Amino acid sequence: MDFLNALVTLLNFVIIPATAYGAQLALGALGVTLIYGILRFSNFAHGDTMAFGTMVVILCTWGLQALGVSLGPLPTALLALPVGIAVTGLLVIATDRTVYRFYRAQKAKPVIYVIASLGVMFIMNGIVRFIIGVDDQRFADGERFIISARTFREMTGLDEGLAFRTSQGLTIVVAVIAVALLFWFLNRTRTGKSMRAFSDNEDLALLSGINPERVVMITWLIVAALATTAGVLYGLDKSFKPFTYFQLLLPIFAAAIVGGLGNPVGAILGGFVIAFSEVGVTYAFRKVVTYLAPGEWEPEGLLQLLSTDYKFAVSFGILLIVLLFRPTGIMKGKSV
Amino acid sequence: MTTAPDPTRPSATQAGPTRRLDTRAVLLFALVAVLFIGTGFLQSWNTTLTIFNMGLISAIMALGVNMQWGYAGLFNVGVMGFVALGGLAAVLVSIDPVGEAWAAGGLQVLLGLVLGAATIVAAILAYMRLPAGRLRTLVMLAILIGGFFIFRAVFDAGVAAVEAVNPASTGFLGGLGLPVILAWPVGGLLAAGAAWIIGKTALGLRSDYLAIATLGIAEIIIAVLKNEDWLARGVKNVTGIPRPVPYEVDLQQAEWFLDLAARIGANPVTFSSIFVKLCYASLFIVVLLALIWLSEKAWNSPWGRMMRAIRDNEVSASAMGKDVKARHLQVFVLGSAIIGMAGAMMTTLDSQLVPGTYQPLRFTFLVWVMVIVGGSGNNWGAVLGGFLIWWLWIQVEPLGLGLMQILTSGMAEDNWLRNHLIDSAAYMRLFTMGVILLLVLRFSPRGLIPER
Repeated sequence: MDFLNALVTLLNFVIIPATAYGAQLALGALGVTLIYGILRFSNFAHGDTMAFGTMVVILCTWGLQALGVSLGPLPTALLALPVGIAVTGLLVIATDRTVYRFYRAQKAKPVIYVIASLGVMFIMNGIVRFIIGVDDQRFADGERFIISARTFREMTGLDEGLAFRTSQGLTIVVAVIAVALLFWFLNRTRTGKSMRAFSDNEDLALLSGINPERVVMITWLIVAALATTAGVLYGLDKSFKPFTYFQLLLPIFAAAIVGGLGNPVGAILGGFVIAFSEVGVTYAFRKVVTYLAPGEWEPEGLLQLLSTDYKFAVSFGILLIVLLFRPTGIMKGKSV
Repeated sequence: MTTAPDPTRPSATQAGPTRRLDTRAVLLFALVAVLFIGTGFLQSWNTTLTIFNMGLISAIMALGVNMQWGYAGLFNVGVMGFVALGGLAAVLVSIDPVGEAWAAGGLQVLLGLVLGAATIVAAILAYMRLPAGRLRTLVMLAILIGGFFIFRAVFDAGVAAVEAVNPASTGFLGGLGLPVILAWPVGGLLAAGAAWIIGKTALGLRSDYLAIATLGIAEIIIAVLKNEDWLARGVKNVTGIPRPVPYEVDLQQAEWFLDLAARIGANPVTFSSIFVKLCYASLFIVVLLALIWLSEKAWNSPWGRMMRAIRDNEVSASAMGKDVKARHLQVFVLGSAIIGMAGAMMTTLDSQLVPGTYQPLRFTFLVWVMVIVGGSGNNWGAVLGGFLIWWLWIQVEPLGLGLMQILTSGMAEDNWLRNHLIDSAAYMRLFTMGVILLLVLRFSPRGLIPER
């Protein structure tokens, strides 16, 4: 019984939240890694692209809610998601046309793209704050829990409850669908294959008649879809605040680098590595250990390795370890 | 000089600024001067001086970033962290020590920190001395995990004792109680130390890695400042950092000052505040001029040529026997030290350390806009960018508000769109900075005053 209680506690506070968070990071890191693979630069505006997409979805959700449209137990934001993706897609394509295309024609160095992406970041940041402000926005509706802690206790008779929130379940399901679609696209379709070819060897791809502008445009559209989805899922799970999305840049980059920049499988793996370490290191294991320990013994401290305020330090620490011991990431990524 | 100097062979006898009076640079500096003086006439001289003082500090930060980016092509987006370390130095140097807190657990906290550092050093030694294999991994893990728990046991108890001492007003160890000017070089040293650690790990890898590593370390430094109350009171802030210049209230009592105010016919209260700002400005100008002089000397020296050679072609530079990694580390540490110094100066100017105000957009990316707009690889360009962008950053807000008021003047008073637009006008500055950065990068990629 104690063992089951310990397991449930662990599931409730570590495994489920970390899986959901990991899925959100993985979607974000996939966007970063695709840009890196195709356009060959680190896009600092990615966090703000996520914020922009989420903002569009929130505005749309509010509109739908005002019209009385709802999805029953599921959040209305799911209905608004395609609109968000479309608008974000338009924005990033417009950005590419006005900003990045010029540097592509010039064959500028990657770092010039990065600096341009800083400018884009400022602009997107300004737009988001201008339209929706800097405050927390909640837009989750529908059923809050798939299983609430109370129902779980009644069902199983255990002391510990297990809460499984709709947003967490939704995150996992949506992320699985998105990743499956992405890999199907990259591996099975002609366009996807041309993207991979372009990423592997630009010159050979050009030689075989692949249109680079088309590849770049499709990449941006996919990135917009991934970023908006990741942003909406994160916002449903926690809450939407422009500054938090900006700060997500660090764990997302860490995930992409840990997995191997430019490698989609690596990005997913990296997302979960970062999420599990972040949650695991900042969780106080006292309760779990109390259940597992024999007799009445209770540990003295909280058994928390680091306070939650230092969660950035975890992403950073992992990043540092990977940089030192395996600079191309867990799965082999590119290096420029 | 009538002939344009050959950029590859600057003569050592000619000092940078006087070598060739660049009309473009002079005009641009004159324009910035007009902007500041115009602010003085249209708004107030107090405002002008406030912007000017921060402009001086921004110019120093831009010099530091320019040293890393312009001289060596290193992409550092952790400026905020180094600025904050400088701010910490101002607290650690100038605030009086809290005797009670030291008695309660100061030494224990220090012992904990030493143990933590010793753990890391031991792990590194084990890694370097033992042969590669499973044994090495196990020994390293054992040292790290064991060391971590010992560190936490000693450190946490000390921290709890220190923070329990009168938490409402102190609850921290305090500083050394020395003159605050000393904090400026100390801030530089602190930042240099942090830069050395980052540089050791992330330099020599791809440029993106340095960017992410610096971005991360900056966030961690801010997290430490916010959460380690024993160090600098965390989010409770440290206020009342002593000044290197007189206080307004003292001036208003002083005989000589009242005489002076009467002689120039100024209101003593307004004049005292202007006088204090002028004192700060003169201190900052001295530092800025010294740094420009040193930077120009370095730029025109064989060392500067070597840095540019490395920047432009690492492979050939290392073929010529230059140690690229060591030189990168050197210039990274130097640039960070300058930024740290600017951070200490800023905290001195504010007389307080407020960790919550350190935002990456303001302290990292804005400095980058300054360097790119001003002209990377040109110290005068970086300084110009510092002043110009800082002025814009401050002035875009009222300008944006005015613009919104004109745009919405046709709407009803209680129109939600009108209220929203006016409330959000403040965020126009982010948008404007982005547009300026992109425009300059596109149409004048070498900046307003390009590298010579």
